[in-house]
This record gives sequence, C-alpha cells and structure tokens, in this order.
Amino acid sequence: MNDPDIRPESEAVRQTIPPAAVGVRNSLWLRTAILAAALVVSVGISLRYGAHPLSWADLLQVWFPSASDSAGTGRATVISLLWEIRLPRVLAALAVGAGLSVAGASYQGLFRNSLVSPDILGASAGAALGAALGLLLSLSIIGIQMLAFFCGLGAVTLTYLLSRTVGGGHFTLRLVLTGMVVSSLFMAGISVIKALADPYSKLPAITFWLMGSLSSVTRADVRLLAIPLAAGIVALLALRWPLNAMALGDEEARALGVPTGLVRLLVLVSATLVTSATVAVGGMVGWVGLMVPHVTRFWVGPNHRELLPVSALLGALFLLWADNLARWMFAVEFPLGVVTCACGVPVFLFMLRRSQRSWAA
Amino acid sequence: MTLELDQLACGYGRQPVLTGVDLTVDGGELVCLLGPNGSGKTALLKTLAGLLAPLGGQVRIDGRAWADWPARERARLLAYVPQAHAPVFAFKVRDVVVMGRTAQWPLWSGPTPRDWRAAEAALSLVQMDAFADRLYTEISGGERQMTMIARALAQEARFLALDEPASSLDFGNQARMLQTLRRLVKSGIGVLMATHHPEHALRCASRVAIMRDGRLQRAGPPEEIVTAASLESVYRVPFVVSELPCDQPKPIRVCVAQLD
Repeated sequence: MNDPDIRPESEAVRQTIPPAAVGVRNSLWLRTAILAAALVVSVGISLRYGAHPLSWADLLQVWFPSASDSAGTGRATVISLLWEIRLPRVLAALAVGAGLSVAGASYQGLFRNSLVSPDILGASAGAALGAALGLLLSLSIIGIQMLAFFCGLGAVTLTYLLSRTVGGGHFTLRLVLTGMVVSSLFMAGISVIKALADPYSKLPAITFWLMGSLSSVTRADVRLLAIPLAAGIVALLALRWPLNAMALGDEEARALGVPTGLVRLLVLVSATLVTSATVAVGGMVGWVGLMVPHVTRFWVGPNHRELLPVSALLGALFLLWADNLARWMFAVEFPLGVVTCACGVPVFLFMLRRSQRSWAA
Repeated sequence: MTLELDQLACGYGRQPVLTGVDLTVDGGELVCLLGPNGSGKTALLKTLAGLLAPLGGQVRIDGRAWADWPARERARLLAYVPQAHAPVFAFKVRDVVVMGRTAQWPLWSGPTPRDWRAAEAALSLVQMDAFADRLYTEISGGERQMTMIARALAQEARFLALDEPASSLDFGNQARMLQTLRRLVKSGIGVLMATHHPEHALRCASRVAIMRDGRLQRAGPPEEIVTAASLESVYRVPFVVSELPCDQPKPIRVCVAQLD
C-alpha cells in the first residue's frame, strides 16, 4: 500500500470522504434529531401530567413570570412540584433508561452475544442485595443507595476474581458462567433477607423496590446518579471503535492491535458503574438493557458509533414512557419493572419474528 | 525490513505442532507455505500475528524480538488474514475494512477521513467497491474472504500473513487476488502465505517452504521446490507437474494429482 502505483483507480476516491460514509453520518444525525425531538416533547408531556395535572401555561410561567396567576396555580407551587418531584423523576427515568441501554449494548458487543443483558455479571443482583439489606437495617435512602451501589460493584469484582482463579475454557465464557453463579448466590441472599424482613413494614418495601420504581426519586438521588452514570456512558462512547473490533472476535481484535484485556476491563468497569448506579436509584428495572439495544441494532446496525448514542436516546425515551405509564395507568403507583417487562416481552418476540438480521446476523 | 523466524516452535496450548522453523521473509518477497492439513501452517501464522505465544525460538523484525514490539506497532507492521471468519453482527463491509486501520487511531478515537479513504482504496484494489454498503453477514464466503484481504490491505502493514486466502475464492477472484499480491510485493511488501494450491506458489512466490511432520522440510525457489516428487512426499498422492506452452517469458507450470 506504500506504492501509489498499485492503486491507480483509487485516486478519485482519495480526494473525498466516501459518499456512503457521509450518507451514514447524515442518516445518523437525522435519526438522532428525530429521537431528540421526541424526547423534548415527551419530557414536556411527562412534566405536565401526573397526580396533579398542570397546564402548559403553568409550565411556561416557570420561565416567564409575567404569565403567572393566569392559570390559577401559584408559580411557587408549580416550581416546587416540578423541581422537587416531577423533574427529578423525569431526569432519573431518562438517565436510568439511557444508562441501562448503553451498558446492555456494550456488554452485547463485548461478549458477541445479543442475549446478554447488563446484569450478566451480577451487578443487578449485587445492588439488589445491598438495597434489600439497607431496607432491612432501616438505613436512610442515601445509605440504601450507597450500599446498593457498592454491593453491585462488589458482585462484579467477585465475578471477575473468581473467573480469573478458576481455570479452563475461554475467559469470556468463564466470566459469564461465574457471573451466573454470583448472581444466584446474591439472589439467594435476597431471599434470606426477605424471609427475615418484617412482613408488614419492610417486606412490601423490599419487594416493591426489587420490581423497580422511580416513585421516591429526589434531587439528591439524581445528583448521586449523575456522576457515575455520566462517567460510565462517556467511557463507553469513547470505546465505540475498540468495541466494534471486539465484536468481530477476540482474535480479530488482537490482530488489529486492540489491547483486548484493557478494553475488556474498561468496558466491564464502565458498564458495571452505570448498572449499579441505575439499580441503586431505580431498583431492578428489567428488559431495558436487553431489548433497547436489539431494537436499535435493527434500526441503525451494529456499529457502536451509531448503536451506543441511539440506544441511549431510545432507552431514555422508552423508560420515560414506561415510567409515565407506571404513574398514570392506575390510581396507585405501578411497579416500573412490571411495565418494562410487559412492553419488553411483546417487542422482543416481534423483533425475533421480524428479522434475524437485527439480533443474530 | 526483514521478518526472521529463528528456531521457532509453535502450537496450541503447550503442545507444539511445529518446531525448529528457520525462515526469513524480506520486504518485496512472497514466501508460500505448502503442507498437508495439520502441518502447522495456521499455528505459524497465528504466532506471527501475536495470537499464539511462541513455544520456543524467536520471531524478529529488523533484529528486534517480536514480543518487544507493542501490540499497536505490531499491527502496523504485520496484517493477518485468517482462514475463515464467523461474524456475529451485521457490520457493513466498509466498516469491517476500516477496522483494519484500528492501530492508526488512539483507543478512544475513531477513523478519520484518511482512514475511510484508505478503506475505500483497499476495497477498490480487490474490486469490492460495489460491496461497501452490503452487510458482511449477507455476502458469500468468497466475498467475505476478499473483504478480509481488503481489511489487511487497509492496515497498510509492511508484512502480510495470509492463511489460505484463496480457499473460498472462485477462479476469477483467485486470479485477481494473486495479481494484487504481485503488485503489493513489487511495492515492497513482504508476504507469507499458506496455500493448498502449489500452482499459486509457482505463479507468484519468490520462495516456497514445505512443511511436514512438524518441521519445515525445505525452502527455496518455487521451480526447485514444487516438483512432482516433493508434492508426492508432502501430500502422499502421485502428481504430474507439467509446463504449458505459452507466449510468456516465464513458462507456466501446472500441477495435477493423478487419479486411479
């Protein structure tokens, strides 16, 4: 390739970026713009409707005080409702949805398996055990979340260490198998805690939390979630091209000069950080990290350059509407995990039926 | 630049399948590896690509031990084309080829316009331009092999290690691939190619190395090495090697296995 004479026909091509590559980029921007617009509209609707519905005028008066009082609700009340209750919840739904989707897409690329979800290495089970323990010990909400977060990280660390010490087989296979073992162990721990918990005061809270919910999210929770989530998502987005090479296969990636051990470690740490943070705030919200990357791969293809950002937007949109349904469907709050499961199962089956290309090809 | 194999032993796990390999490949030279199935050709190429650790001996490039080169540097020096590749995800052919440039950009970055142009040029070189936007999972085995070759070309490495690159190619693509390799070799690239086609060695190779029974048996110019007797000793079936009358300066030789 060093001799220009060997590629005379490519001279014209050298002058410009390939038109198809430009086309891909344009289509990505268009899709991102459509999703971003849908998100903005959805956030507006989510802020407006709830147990105490607001008018568009109420929402506008938050930014334009001159329009106040015309709607009958005091501006201070509206600001308090939005700032203390609705906005934290909407932001948490966006963040949890985006985080779980990006983590799921990254795990699937890393393990070259579309059936992998973010809890594959025990992060969700670990975080759930931590939260259940926190509820049993009557810790403060911050204490519960911190315990959930660190137990999630601890579970994945245990999985990693065990997979390093047990010999035989391919490392990735060992990692997934030990992840299943550690998850089972932590789920057994949760069962013990549920058996010990007071059936009237603590067991319902533990059970509801294990089904996933954003009903008690506060501004402090959003702040707590923001740093690990942003750090994890940014790291995963930065690793989009090494992830592409890893998705071709470990040997392929190594032959192309990818430091596969380092990339694997960085992806695992980042995705675990994101998953633990989301579980710590929202409980065990299933299906998002499995289904959203599937749908996105079907829509934009498997290249992580497009897959990760579009998954983040689609995941945020999906969880926002799932949480809206959880809020609006019945007079009482419905568990978020049940809504995501109810939406995820038919969509997943439809995707399976519709196209092999989206998930297996 | 010279690739040197010094008493190299290689294999899977701790079991060597090949020992005591002494071989050099210079830039601007194509060396063909001939040998029966299981003779260690793939193990040798995988060891060169850094996918298997040498079980003994050394690989050097320009006198420096291969293990001392960082992985990214190695990918800039040597591109590897595997025998077969089973894709899981439906990447576009263009994306697969541009991944050959991975060692050219930082870990957290991605391809630049120059990388996309190099990928496009590599596809054009193997006449796969029309397939750039096709899905890698939806093209034939031969087209996939050409994509792998294009990816290795996009890598712009000084050496190419090709593991039976013609195994899935039709006649036309085999000829185009050999033509491309000839041009690359003329431009100064060193090529080490495992093949089951002795005629390919006769047409393109500067030297041929014969492998059998876990050893590199002989190496030398193709006319000396690829004879009916040596092919018979390697593949254990009788061969006819014959020259075709043609108007080319160098006679064309063909090898045909004799059947009962």
